[in-house]
Amino acid sequence: MEGNRLSRWFDRKGWSDLLIGAPYVWLLLFFLLPFLIVVAMSLGTKTPTAPPISFGGDYPLFNFQGYVRAVTDTLYFRAFITSLVSAGIATLLCLLIGYPMALGLTRVSKSWRNILLMLVILPFWTSFLLRVYAWMGLMGRSSWFNAGITKIWNAIVPAGWAVDFMPMMHSNFAVVLVMVYTYLPFMILPLYASLERLDPTLDEAALDLGSRPWQVFLDVTLPQSIPGIVAGGMLVFIPAAGELVIPTLVGDASSPMIGRVISDQFSSARDWPMASAIAVVLLVLMVGPAMIYSHFQAKAEGSK
Amino acid sequence: MKRRHTFLVSMLGFGFAFFYIPILSMIVYSFNESRLASVWGGFSTKWYVSLFSNKQVIDALILSLEIALVSASIATILGTMAGIALARFTKFRGRLLFSGLVTAPLIMPEVITGISSLMFFILMAQWIGWPAQRGFTTVTLAHITFSMVFVTTIVQARMLQSDRSIEEAAMDLGSRPWEVLRDVTLPVISPAVMSGWLLAFTISLDDVVITSFTTGPGSTTLPLLIWSKVKLGVTPDINALATLMVGIVAIGVVIAGIFMNRAEHRRQRDEQMAFRANG
Repeated sequence: MEGNRLSRWFDRKGWSDLLIGAPYVWLLLFFLLPFLIVVAMSLGTKTPTAPPISFGGDYPLFNFQGYVRAVTDTLYFRAFITSLVSAGIATLLCLLIGYPMALGLTRVSKSWRNILLMLVILPFWTSFLLRVYAWMGLMGRSSWFNAGITKIWNAIVPAGWAVDFMPMMHSNFAVVLVMVYTYLPFMILPLYASLERLDPTLDEAALDLGSRPWQVFLDVTLPQSIPGIVAGGMLVFIPAAGELVIPTLVGDASSPMIGRVISDQFSSARDWPMASAIAVVLLVLMVGPAMIYSHFQAKAEGSK
Repeated sequence: MKRRHTFLVSMLGFGFAFFYIPILSMIVYSFNESRLASVWGGFSTKWYVSLFSNKQVIDALILSLEIALVSASIATILGTMAGIALARFTKFRGRLLFSGLVTAPLIMPEVITGISSLMFFILMAQWIGWPAQRGFTTVTLAHITFSMVFVTTIVQARMLQSDRSIEEAAMDLGSRPWEVLRDVTLPVISPAVMSGWLLAFTISLDDVVITSFTTGPGSTTLPLLIWSKVKLGVTPDINALATLMVGIVAIGVVIAGIFMNRAEHRRQRDEQMAFRANG
């Protein structure tokens, strides 16, 4: 009887509790709790102890110095601007390259389309680190690629501007280029998904009614693909803004991006409050707009 | 009427050249005789030979595979549970927080996930003495946490597409909830669960940032080994390693693509036949 009652309880309630509970508890313990620790640490005071943090002393309980410095110190301010501008330019370039590619994918024959889609996804499955590394090889001063670009440059500019090689590595240019390279599939795939659903007869109708092709694009295709543009844009911008690997390998060390600043503050300077405060500010800057957008979108969906 | 799309097709050509020229260049230079990574000095396979005799690389590869196997498997179980729960139980206490917890790791910058996990492990060691040292366990725990939400996303999407009435029929016919899950739900979503596992495996195998924060002395994964080497510059043996990794993945993706294409064709043919038989 006892076993029977247990199994009935399990069927009625225990079952769903287990299904929800196990992943819930896991995420609370290993994701939310560590994140709350970051928020708490951002209000602490740096000390030369281990772990290098305390609450109290000159700043009883809360010390907002980390936030004050994160917002006012020009080093951090510049790192924020560098990150947001680089990620913004990379997102825009991904859109400018990815949109025609996604549109092109919807116009090729079905058998070609599957092969080309696989070729878009393939780099995504290969190591991110190695894709960054591939560009280190191309941009280095003695590579065939750099030599080729240098030749073209020297042929088109006046003789006084001629260079021995293109200083591509360790620059913001290199960071943006590699970001576009590594994140372009994230832009193409959502764009393709939203463009594929469009009804081609709408285009035909607009053309038959005398619109020019670019007018059809602006009036018919583009407005309908905005959800894809937003989704792709967020998938590129958010990871790019917090990027650590790309700026470390190909970036300019004298103007670090914010991901690198967080990592350096944490590991080298052992300043937990500072690293945590910058992390919280970065999250607010990135996730804030995304939440506002999804709030308005939910409202728009609701009013339909 | 067939219009030509010269601009779009040339953009596709440009895009694919942009995608693949760096990789092809890396592959070509992995067969370079010269020590100087970017100066061609004749054909050679010596970097591959030196790679296979490098114990450091082999050890790191084995550690990476172990971590990826364990973390992908646990992440798939937890992620699938969360995906089923979110798709089937529309009302339970704390659902809003739960769905937030499932989305947040997707958009959290890796640096922040990394430092928060490290602080968590350091403080835990201080407070309760666990984990005594960082290494395999801490890296695996961190990998499970950020890869399970990818599994959840895939499984949840598949669950929302699937027909609920079959599950309800099984329930009405007297099946118990876990039997419905085993005999009806899991077979239907198994392709999604499998692609979830594959994604979690790849993410774990590829991760640099979170691993670098959560690992300890003596536990160097393959990406961490590559990371420490490429920070110093381009070397021909990394080109060889990269070529092998890209080659294995490419073969895997092509085979998976062919299988999926065949399955898709078969499904379409079956649907057409069923349609004709009923019509």
